[in-house]
Amino acid sequence: MSTPVLELSGISKTFGAVRALDEVDLHVQQGEVVALLGDNGAGKSTLVKVISGAHTADTGGAVVWDGRTVEITTPADAQRLGIATIYQDLALCDNLDIVANLFLGNEHLHFPGTLDEVEMERRAWELLRSLSVDIPDLRVPVASLSGGQRQIVAIARALLGEPRVVMLDEPTAALGVAQTAQVLDLIEQLRDQGLGVILISHNMADVRAVADRAAVLRLGRNAGDFPIAGTSYEEIVAAITGAADNPVTRRDGRQTAGAEESR
Amino acid sequence: MSRNTPVTDPPAPSEGDTGRRDPRLLDTAATPGGWWRAAKRKVRAGELGAAPVVIGLLLIALVFQLLNDRFLSPQNLSNLTVQIAAIGLMTTGVIVVLLLGEIDLSIGSVAGLSAAVLAVTVMRHGWPEWAGIAAALGTGLLVGLFHGFVFAKIGVPAFVVTLAGLLGWQGLHLWAMSPDGTINTRSEGLIASLTQTYFVPWIGWAVVLLVLALHLASTLTSEHRRRAAGLPHRSLAETVLRTALLAVPLAAGAWILNQHNGLPLAFLVFVGAVVTLDLVLRKTRYGRMIYAVGGNAEAARRAGINTVLIRISVFGIASTLAALGGVMLVSRNIAASTTTGGGQELMMAIAAAVIGGTSLFGGRGNAYSALLGGLVLGAITSGLLLLPNVDTSVRFMITAAVLLVAVIMDAASRRGRKTHARGGG
Repeated sequence: MSTPVLELSGISKTFGAVRALDEVDLHVQQGEVVALLGDNGAGKSTLVKVISGAHTADTGGAVVWDGRTVEITTPADAQRLGIATIYQDLALCDNLDIVANLFLGNEHLHFPGTLDEVEMERRAWELLRSLSVDIPDLRVPVASLSGGQRQIVAIARALLGEPRVVMLDEPTAALGVAQTAQVLDLIEQLRDQGLGVILISHNMADVRAVADRAAVLRLGRNAGDFPIAGTSYEEIVAAITGAADNPVTRRDGRQTAGAEESR
Repeated sequence: MSRNTPVTDPPAPSEGDTGRRDPRLLDTAATPGGWWRAAKRKVRAGELGAAPVVIGLLLIALVFQLLNDRFLSPQNLSNLTVQIAAIGLMTTGVIVVLLLGEIDLSIGSVAGLSAAVLAVTVMRHGWPEWAGIAAALGTGLLVGLFHGFVFAKIGVPAFVVTLAGLLGWQGLHLWAMSPDGTINTRSEGLIASLTQTYFVPWIGWAVVLLVLALHLASTLTSEHRRRAAGLPHRSLAETVLRTALLAVPLAAGAWILNQHNGLPLAFLVFVGAVVTLDLVLRKTRYGRMIYAVGGNAEAARRAGINTVLIRISVFGIASTLAALGGVMLVSRNIAASTTTGGGQELMMAIAAAVIGGTSLFGGRGNAYSALLGGLVLGAITSGLLLLPNVDTSVRFMITAAVLLVAVIMDAASRRGRKTHARGGG
């Protein structure tokens, strides 16, 4: 196995009396999709924030980037390394068009400080085509896009910084079936382009569709790291909930029993 | 559990495809029929643009012309353009604040304060007139930066900051003017010339030609670059046609104004401010940042935009333009008094912005709403003055009705956009 592009080991984070993360390890390779799973309060969001620089981890852990130990203390640090984070709220300006949103804060300029709209639009087409994304008109306000297209615009914007690791926080949570498929396609595109993807999701179907590995957190600790191929749904759920006997399996059991009774 | 089978369309048009129009774009402006259908769909989706205001303006002109045939006379229209300049400049400032999704209630008081500063420095302290104007504008700038600072840095709602400004600057204005209630300024000189200068006809035509030439040149350059980059672009014929359409109102305006005294300097200053603001908003990074902060401040902040600086500077611009409006008020009245800027100026300026099509909800609108809205309100005022037995009461009620219609259209178009957004899941 090649060296992971990003490797965290022994990461802890305490908030007052709460230990949100306790010696957590996580690594992601180039061209790999790692699903970060866990129940509410398991520490997924805290871990994402530590990686993106929004929170600083407690001393003791190590972050290794490309085989080199680094420190991530601000969002700018993470961006400089090549870590892009797409939060659930997407942070798009609804009143601006797609091109304007893609280049927001990073506009291409002509000489006297005016916007180079042509160059921005051309690069936007190029970028979206390289992702096999298909949006008919880049000059419509983002407000008029579907949820899936908005997600895609947010991801595409993150890619303009040429990151090597992309973290997606619940990218399909609010999407319908077809739109979810669009976003999953895009995630596969990112993987095929050699990016490391960290996918936070509650949706096991999505995870099984695109992830190569599932890293499970439970109560702020590592609770297993499974290759998706060859791991059953039940095993992962058991790791998330911490027991083979959990509400999900009990419910499944009841339903099988009920189906047999009614037969 | 099976893998989700991704559903996507094949990649859109091929590389070499010039124009790059997506087949799924139902109607484009490429053909007259397509243009008409696209326009109809836009109206239904709540993207009304300037059409309602322009239609309203034409209706107002028609009605008043039928009631009194002096309304569309060159003299009346020429006076109208000078009358709207002062409040129009204040409206231009309000628009920038509205684009941020905020409001500035202090512009009337700031205009009054600026008038007082101008009159006191020039007439009482004997400053040269240009220095008095500079002091008035500088006062406006400082006041605006102060409002912006208290709002953006300390976090007091803009409504409250500028409400305090409304009272406070009016107080300072009264204090500066005491013990005289009114200070007359010179009837000749720089200040008076601001609203008394009319350019000889050829200058008016030269301005029109210059504007058209610049517009055509910049459009042709950008369409040429778009074609070279393989982006959707307009045909040469369409570009020329659009310039010709722009030429009609410009030429008509120049022709009418030249029938009377010529192009008034005051109107040129107002329109110049509008055009400058429009270019800043549409063409510069700063303008893009203003729209971004107005659309989604948190997104703008995360994109690395200094939202505090943007907000402070916008309030600075608004108050400076209000101060320029105050200077124009002094110029027109050849005096500053305790009531300058304390009357309907604030309400009219905000009403004009909204009537012109700038949204109260932030992030939507453009500089030209100042011109259109100002013309609508100016036309109503001027038209009613020409009618016998009609006083201010009627004007207020009519203005209120027009304002209400404009806000209803703003709210309705917002809803239209939402239902057409096809968004969510």
